[in-house]
Amino acid sequence: MTIGAASMPGPLDAYLIPALDGVAFGLLLFVAAAGLVFCFGVADILNLAHGTLYAIGAYTAAALTDGGWGGLLLALAVGVAAAAGAGGVLAGMLAPVRRGDHLTQALLTFGVALAGGSLLVSAFGPDSLPVRIPAALDGSVVVAGHRYAAYRLVFIGVAALLAVLLYLVVARTRAGMLVRAAVDDAEMLASLGVNPAWVRVGVLTAAGALAGAAGVLGAPIIGPAPTTAETILLLSLVIVVLGGLGSVGGTLLAALAVGEIQTLGVALAPTAAPFLLFAAMIVVLAVRSRGLFRRWRTA
Amino acid sequence: MRRGLPRPLMRAVAVGAVLAAVAAPWLVDDYTTALLARTLLLGLVGVSVALLTGVAGLPTLGQTAPFAAGAYAGAALSLHTGSVGVVQLAAGAAVGAAFALVTVPLVVYARGVVVLMITLAIGELAVVAANRWRSVTGGTDGLYGMPSAPPVWGLPVLDTERARYLYVLVVVAIVAGVTLAVLRTPAGLLLRASRDDEARMRASGHGVTGYFAVAYLAAGAIAGTAGSLLVTAQQYVSPADFGFEISALLLLGVVIGGTASIGGAIAGTALVVVARDWLSGLLPGHAPLVLGVLFVLTAYLLPRGVAGLLGDGRGLTWLAGRRRSGARPAGERTAVPGADAAGDATESRRVSA
Repeated sequence: MTIGAASMPGPLDAYLIPALDGVAFGLLLFVAAAGLVFCFGVADILNLAHGTLYAIGAYTAAALTDGGWGGLLLALAVGVAAAAGAGGVLAGMLAPVRRGDHLTQALLTFGVALAGGSLLVSAFGPDSLPVRIPAALDGSVVVAGHRYAAYRLVFIGVAALLAVLLYLVVARTRAGMLVRAAVDDAEMLASLGVNPAWVRVGVLTAAGALAGAAGVLGAPIIGPAPTTAETILLLSLVIVVLGGLGSVGGTLLAALAVGEIQTLGVALAPTAAPFLLFAAMIVVLAVRSRGLFRRWRTA
Repeated sequence: MRRGLPRPLMRAVAVGAVLAAVAAPWLVDDYTTALLARTLLLGLVGVSVALLTGVAGLPTLGQTAPFAAGAYAGAALSLHTGSVGVVQLAAGAAVGAAFALVTVPLVVYARGVVVLMITLAIGELAVVAANRWRSVTGGTDGLYGMPSAPPVWGLPVLDTERARYLYVLVVVAIVAGVTLAVLRTPAGLLLRASRDDEARMRASGHGVTGYFAVAYLAAGAIAGTAGSLLVTAQQYVSPADFGFEISALLLLGVVIGGTASIGGAIAGTALVVVARDWLSGLLPGHAPLVLGVLFVLTAYLLPRGVAGLLGDGRGLTWLAGRRRSGARPAGERTAVPGADAAGDATESRRVSA
């Protein structure tokens, strides 16, 4: 046993880095999954192409980042715009589908996900692409005696900021009020002169923008590859199942839980890791089996 | 129950399809025969999807999970004991049902589109597990080198593509036939009634959740059986056989087939799989693109499925809210999972509580 004088190794010390990674991963998943939660909770759309919106952001990051701040900001602007545009197009495609016809929505968005994934692969190639982050963030910093990637630490800060902003927008702004009103009583909102169809387009566009932002900023963590869209969609769905559609806070908690399961869980119990997400879902659904979905559809 | 095309014509189409299926291995080469066998057994997974999606009203994207469980069970049995076909089938069905038993609490309390999400997650997590649990599944390399086995004790070994195809055909026909027969008994009626009006069923003292659980277990057993057939048909199992794309294909096939129709599920799945194989030969590398477009077109153009066109009368509309025409057959009231059903479900829970 080698005990260094500088750090204080304890039984929990070895798991600090995976735990921190879990926070970064969880916040990334939160930003990605929040759009899916809004789509389903507000617009009543099950968007199975949601992972593809993230992939658009991630591929944009791979294409436009050049190791400088300008490249990253350009990638962020373009990625958010492209993913938001894709969300808007998706809203247009879904317009003829009757409200509440989830199976048709699922088929349609599944088809868009397949086709979009194929287009992305033919545009960017079948390999996972590297993302060049600004040199200032490329190094590592020392956190409690451990070296930790600087980018991830900054990412945690930025994603936390995004989460707070999202909460404030939903809770405090007029747009957020309209969105919450659309969940509670779409018809009353319509009678007040707000077209729910435009709320739907707005929500899908905003969801696209969120996913795009997550894709650009998260590309160094979950990078662009043919499986990216699938991974993000799966983890986002698990988050929706765990966190419900009740609140931003619920989604955040679920996202952090999934992030920790995927990192700390793997470090603690490598053999059980593939089944930990299953187990988490089973536990949550068993505990809240009936209560979980009650708040899902207040519309 | 059936409207549209007259019954004799429907019957003629069905007999024609069965004859074509039996004659197929003598008409095409070995490679195509192997593809057809795989198509058929995917049709059987489609049956389990239709049982849940159409008959029980629990739309699923996760039947690849018990399919995978059954396949790995069949493969392990075949590799370690070299057993006969029926034993592998039984093992596949048992493991598929056991998988369903573990995941049943995840599924039966949810309704409508929430089931779709949960089952999608189940299917995907099963693939993740299959990739990582190397000691059992062989990881991404998969399991291979399964010896050819006789279907039952005393019969010759299935060592040609034609023999394997015919074996798959017979098993698929038997399982689909049994499913169809069971669905025509009062058990099937209870399941349809639970789908259509859960609140009324609960008020009459029926344990709707229990019925759905049984249907989910049965669907798991059917998919598991198809999994062990996969081992026989291609003598190779890998996580790629159970991916996202396969779940999507199955749901598309079942929707095209009319969601609640067992025969339609096999026909629709076969149609989609054949189209996929044909297109990927035609446009190498662009199969997902064409398939995606096919999905989108189906969503717009075929709201009631092929069986809906043929007059089975059930298609996507059961999820769409109200049926347009008033000419709905007795006992075939539409269920409304999704918006209204979730409300109904909570109401019925209040009633039952």
